Amino acid sequence: MKKIVITLALISLMIVSAIAFLSSKETEPTNQTTLKAKYDKKLPPRVNHSKFIVLQQKFTEPQQVTKACLSCHNESAKEIMKSNHWNWERPEYIQGRGIVYLGKRNAINNFCIGVEGNEESCAKCHIGYGMTNANTFAYTDSTNIDCLVCHDNTETYTKAPEKGGAPDPTLNLNNIAQHVGTPERSNCGVCHFFGGGGNNVKHGDLESAMFEPAKSVDVHMGTDGMNMQCVDCHKTERHVISGKMYSLSSMNRNRATCEECHTKNPHDDAILNKHTLKVACQTCHIPIYAKVNATKTDWDWSTAGMLQDGKPFEIDDKEGNHTYLSIKGNFKWGKNLKPDYIWFNGTAGHYLLGDKIQDTTKPVVLNTLYGSYNDSDSKIIPVKIHRARQPFDPINMIIIQPKLYADKVGEGALWKDFNWQKAAEVGMKDVNLPFSGKISFIKTEMYWPVNHMVSTKESTVKCNECHTRENSRLSGLKDFYMPARDYSPFIEFTGKSIIFLAFVSVILHGSVRVYSKSKMKKRGRL
Amino acid sequence: MKQKVYIYRSFERFWHWMQSIIIIFMAVTGFEIHGSISFFGYQNAVKYHNIVAYAFIVLIVFAIFWHFSTGEWRQYLPTVKNLKAQLNYYLFGIFKNASHPTKKSVLSKLNPLQKLVYLALKILVIPTMVISGLLYMFYRYPQKGGIEGLNIDSIKTIALFHTAAAFVLVAFIIVHLYLITTGTSITSNLKAMITGYEELDKDDYKQAGKNIDEKKELIDATEKMKQR
Repeated sequence: MKKIVITLALISLMIVSAIAFLSSKETEPTNQTTLKAKYDKKLPPRVNHSKFIVLQQKFTEPQQVTKACLSCHNESAKEIMKSNHWNWERPEYIQGRGIVYLGKRNAINNFCIGVEGNEESCAKCHIGYGMTNANTFAYTDSTNIDCLVCHDNTETYTKAPEKGGAPDPTLNLNNIAQHVGTPERSNCGVCHFFGGGGNNVKHGDLESAMFEPAKSVDVHMGTDGMNMQCVDCHKTERHVISGKMYSLSSMNRNRATCEECHTKNPHDDAILNKHTLKVACQTCHIPIYAKVNATKTDWDWSTAGMLQDGKPFEIDDKEGNHTYLSIKGNFKWGKNLKPDYIWFNGTAGHYLLGDKIQDTTKPVVLNTLYGSYNDSDSKIIPVKIHRARQPFDPINMIIIQPKLYADKVGEGALWKDFNWQKAAEVGMKDVNLPFSGKISFIKTEMYWPVNHMVSTKESTVKCNECHTRENSRLSGLKDFYMPARDYSPFIEFTGKSIIFLAFVSVILHGSVRVYSKSKMKKRGRL
Repeated sequence: MKQKVYIYRSFERFWHWMQSIIIIFMAVTGFEIHGSISFFGYQNAVKYHNIVAYAFIVLIVFAIFWHFSTGEWRQYLPTVKNLKAQLNYYLFGIFKNASHPTKKSVLSKLNPLQKLVYLALKILVIPTMVISGLLYMFYRYPQKGGIEGLNIDSIKTIALFHTAAAFVLVAFIIVHLYLITTGTSITSNLKAMITGYEELDKDDYKQAGKNIDEKKELIDATEKMKQR
């Protein structure tokens, strides 16, 4: 009886402790229903702009619209003129460099390289009118603010190509001005989905499919789901928009984060929550990017300029992506890509126009994202790495900013004259940098954090996609020990050896025992 | 003269079998977490491993209490007496049908080799497992605003100790399972651990139901009586 009581007591104790462990939750799970209710509420606009008399005058110039907007929103211009969408730069502290006004005017990328000298074309994505030169542009003239590109709710507003940011002249500006409101995906998307000169060229996770995505493409913006807008996460106050891309920023500030809504410990499982200290949400929740259309992964400028019968030509792959363009060179594309993974603490360094390159044996990283396992601010994030070969002056050791765009032949623009020598010469003169006359091509890399195309919870990255010996998603991050991926070869060998030895000894010993016993039996019988 | 003796009491058997189940389960889930095998699925393996770890700790606490309250811990005191004979037996004697050099009795259930190996398990391998396991569960990455002394820069060392001890335990189980068959008969040891009873040589001091301290007193008393 006593034994039974003791045994029962023990068993029940174990069950109790198991249950206690199972049900212990270190955190409150996110109340998804609250979030859903919050973003489901769609209020009608506060005012009906079509009733304002000032918007009923006949608009012939876009600047007239801006004046009309500012006649009521009379403080908004100040906010806009402080924004990086307007200035194309922002003061940033860069490690080892100090405070720099970082932006499109001094940073180099490995897509179309840089805007300097090419503004007429690039300014299609500037929120102003009349930018033909980023240095001489009147940043203080508030009538040049393009309110409509962000606030048009008719989805008809478009900027004309190569007109320094002016709208398409055929537009009905009155109709557009009378139907303005909070920016929608279409407003942000016209620029941010087409960066680098085509759909999904730059980001990989921001592309035209995100205008009306399915939930399977992006769980937040899915039109069959929460149908959220960009500004729902990129919270904006007084035209200061949260979130930015580390191609053009350096500091760990003003970031739009998942945690704002989902909290730091969003999982029911305590072990998953523990991961959030070192692993960014995106790492598990964005298993693949470029889900609908391909994104550019490699750009080789060195082959640009080839002509057929004196004319530029293009070669496309079977999905319609350019693999060669005379004006730009060779491209590689990728679809449904697994991201690369790096440590990132929210700060970055940048290659700026005129920086001398010290080491030409490795690819030059144009935006170095800082971070490591030992840095308590760092988390593992998914990135798209865009690789390129781009023009480089091997004597001065600087990356060349070529003149790419011009109206007509003879101005030295690569896209008209197809002459690298001339394009480099004119381009470097535009940015006041020396050019030796020699052009070679250097390998470069850019790191683009992947933040969008968040998957549904069913298709998140599984534990053993990282925690595995072979083909771990994190096989590139070697500065820490990760269960299942890592092991000590010595312990592994020794451990397996002693297990093997134990087996062999047991089998040998057993066989000899059986053998000698049978021999003894025989002898006994004899 | 042989007689049936109650050698393993109920708690001891319960402890033994629970321990064996737990260790085997921990080995399967543990080596899945280690990346050597896949069986339950990684997330489940982690979950089960962590839950059963607590069951194991509870069992260990009870076992420690039992060892001391019954005085059974004395069974594991190492001795060199008969050690060589026991080795000789396993290496040579066993093949010649020699008799066991160590007599098994309630007071001395273990031969000198067993004493050594089980003691090593108790004071080296299992503690390594439990301590590294708890550190594994409760380690903290370097965090801002926390108490620095509690931070562990990397789980590498913890994990390596845990893995090494796991290999040792698996090797032990293999050898242990085999050595079960080296009793008086092939199944006598197994039967004893299941039923508690084993056929042993007659021994005046065997008194089922008494703990080892009481038995010791009994022996001393008898010795004194004999001297008189």
